[in-house]
Amino acid sequence: MIRVQYFARYREVLGIDGEQLQLAALSSLDQLREHLLSRGGVWQVLAEQNLMCARNQELCSLDSELADGDEVAFFPTVTGG
Amino acid sequence: MSVRVEPNAFDPGAELNALHAAQLGIGAVVGFVGYVRDFNDGQDVRGMFLEHYPGMTEKALQKIVVEAEQRWPLLRVEIVHRVGQLPPGEPIVFVGTASAHRQAAFDACNFIMDYLKTRAPFWKKEDTPEGARWVEGRSSDQDAAGRWAKS
Repeated sequence: MIRVQYFARYREVLGIDGEQLQLAALSSLDQLREHLLSRGGVWQVLAEQNLMCARNQELCSLDSELADGDEVAFFPTVTGG
Repeated sequence: MSVRVEPNAFDPGAELNALHAAQLGIGAVVGFVGYVRDFNDGQDVRGMFLEHYPGMTEKALQKIVVEAEQRWPLLRVEIVHRVGQLPPGEPIVFVGTASAHRQAAFDACNFIMDYLKTRAPFWKKEDTPEGARWVEGRSSDQDAAGRWAKS
């Protein structure tokens, strides 16, 4: 089981702030993103080139590996400060 | 090192003064304050909402401070970043650095702001006369952060 979270514009477009997923077959964040994109419709927002992601609350790249129990987050470019 | 993420207003002057308290070895304190403007990209801004990723935000800021402390001889570092609803004129962020000499304090403060703007999970949503809009990341912020990359 992994916990996936969506923030800011993505959360609004997708209409949810997060979900639990049982994804035994997925081994990387990129595969997880492909799985979410395959839902079609609003999920295409995750195809954005500037998409950022985090694994267990650390910024990471899409080729990062996934493990059971991970907390994953997808979000647009950050704009604090 | 002190990192605070909170909705409350803060007093930049008090934060700055507190940075050198009880440490006579500090010869330089540099402070940066970011404020909410009443305009952006040619539109009036009535206020903004700061969203963040609770848990990750604090970790990301602490990591940025640790990296600054590895690069410069800093004696104290403080970051305050507000979240939630903020009207124009209010401070959003404070970064203060203290060192024996000014150059380290200046450079570290600049570095922390550049990294914060590109690596800390905060998002601004502006309230304009045409409705609310998310602020998009700027490539100039990416370029500014990129100049600190070690070759």
